Amino acid sequence: MSVAHTVSDTLVLAKRSLLRIPRQPDLLVGFTVQPVMFVLLFVYVFGGAISTPGLDYVDFLIPGIIVQSMTFGGFVTALGLAEDLKKGLIDRFRSLPMSRAAVLTGRTLADGGTNVVQLAVMLGVGYAVGFRFGTDAGRVVGGIALLLFVGYAFSWVFAFIGLSASSPEASNAYGFTILFPVTFVSSAFVPVDSMPGWLQPVARNNPFTNMVNAARALFVGTPAGNQIWLAAVWSVGIVAVFGALAVWRYRHAVGR
Amino acid sequence: MGTVTREPAIEASGLRKRYGSVVALDGVDLLAETGMVLGLLGPNGAGKTTAVRILTTLLEPDEGTARVAGIDVLREPALLRERIGLAGQYAAVDENLTGYENLEMVGRLYHLGRAEARGRAQALLDEFDLTDAGGRLVRTYSGGMRRRLDLAAALVARPPVLFLDEPTTGLDPRSRLALWDTIETLVSGGSTVLLTTQYLDEADRLADRIAVIDHGRVIAEGTPRQLKDESGGERLEVRLTDSSQCSRAVEAVQSLAAGSASFEDSTVRIPLRERRGAVAEAVRRLDSAGVAIDDLAVVSPTLDDVFLRLTGHEAEHEDGAEP
Repeated sequence: MSVAHTVSDTLVLAKRSLLRIPRQPDLLVGFTVQPVMFVLLFVYVFGGAISTPGLDYVDFLIPGIIVQSMTFGGFVTALGLAEDLKKGLIDRFRSLPMSRAAVLTGRTLADGGTNVVQLAVMLGVGYAVGFRFGTDAGRVVGGIALLLFVGYAFSWVFAFIGLSASSPEASNAYGFTILFPVTFVSSAFVPVDSMPGWLQPVARNNPFTNMVNAARALFVGTPAGNQIWLAAVWSVGIVAVFGALAVWRYRHAVGR
Repeated sequence: MGTVTREPAIEASGLRKRYGSVVALDGVDLLAETGMVLGLLGPNGAGKTTAVRILTTLLEPDEGTARVAGIDVLREPALLRERIGLAGQYAAVDENLTGYENLEMVGRLYHLGRAEARGRAQALLDEFDLTDAGGRLVRTYSGGMRRRLDLAAALVARPPVLFLDEPTTGLDPRSRLALWDTIETLVSGGSTVLLTTQYLDEADRLADRIAVIDHGRVIAEGTPRQLKDESGGERLEVRLTDSSQCSRAVEAVQSLAAGSASFEDSTVRIPLRERRGAVAEAVRRLDSAGVAIDDLAVVSPTLDDVFLRLTGHEAEHEDGAEP
């Protein structure tokens, strides 16, 4: 399989994934309205009760909640792959002389596109509720790039989930029950110092915390330490491990 | 029939596949000459889909070899995928794309190039009577339209060998008949087709040869005519108004019979020597013998009859998909 074919197959399938979004408006709700609702709930309901020394809560929250929504942007991939399996489309693709990775690279690339939209919506809402960047343009651009890469990495986690779950509904349930707690036991919504002592090491070593701290450093100007590097290394590692797992699942996928 | 000197379009020998303790294929041999339609007939769970999945590179057998379109299925799967088309059991098309977008996408994935993929998509929509629906999302299509689109998708690259896995299962009778017409037109173009079905009438109408498969083995192979004759051929069924006239009725139509008659539930059943003219002749004779009849029909053997004859048990109609 030539590289040119792999690229063209990927683009054909990314286009297919993107075309479906305006045609299934409930998906749009999933990655626009839902994160916006989270921002509003946290800023106006919990915000007053959470103390973030040295930072306004809204400046603390927005980077964290954007990382969370980037992480979940890939749910469209899990849902789509589980549906393709159920409906026999994976069989059709596997019987075509196309790249064996393109079904997955196409979907994850499309997620990258929707994540751009999601990121713009969230920054817009953040701005409206009082969030302001505290660094220079270079770091902001770096932060945006890092966030999109984090989202891309988690798309591969969702690809693996979608190909492993027994149904589209199950893929949704897996994604949310496993990843949701992980995103909360982190520095995304509250300072790690405010957690019970036994939980703090878990939260501190959660890759999700590294990603949130990195985004906060690049957007707001909190001390970066080694967090940006750790976030990047984790993201690359996730792509490598879950990319390999997802391709392996795809090769052995059986229509249901 | 193709000439013997040409390489067969589909040639499989000794295919075996097991899933845990379940044996899906237990040594299957298949042969289809170029240009012919081979029907793979059997009940749910017999192994038909497993055979198709192996021959279309979706699944590796535990044992056995296969060549399709002159290519070794196991050694060169990537090359083979350029020469085959597959239409699946469920219509494998994207519901959130239009019919046109589906076909264009498949064309691009066969690497036809943008212009050719578009031209081919439009031509196939026209050919499959979907011109008006081409711009509509597939989720608004009827079952029959989806199957036609699925079939069209399998033909995008004009593959010399085509696999149709239960193309009409789940369709209403009218859509089924329409799809049969479509498939007939398509095979008259010279493609080799492997068709799986649970219906004898479907295999009878579309296939040149039929392999009957049960519990992962081919238990009979032949032309539709041969199989039907082996399973008792067509029979005349006469339902009597008055069951006491049974022996008089049997006597009246004896000269049409190819074997002995049976009587059950006020119905006389007689294996027919010749279908043509049988109904008119039977009515004349029964009438002149003064036998009062409720109903009279010529009945073709079903898959159950074939199975009963070949295996001594009826086809098991299990629910659920094959592995």
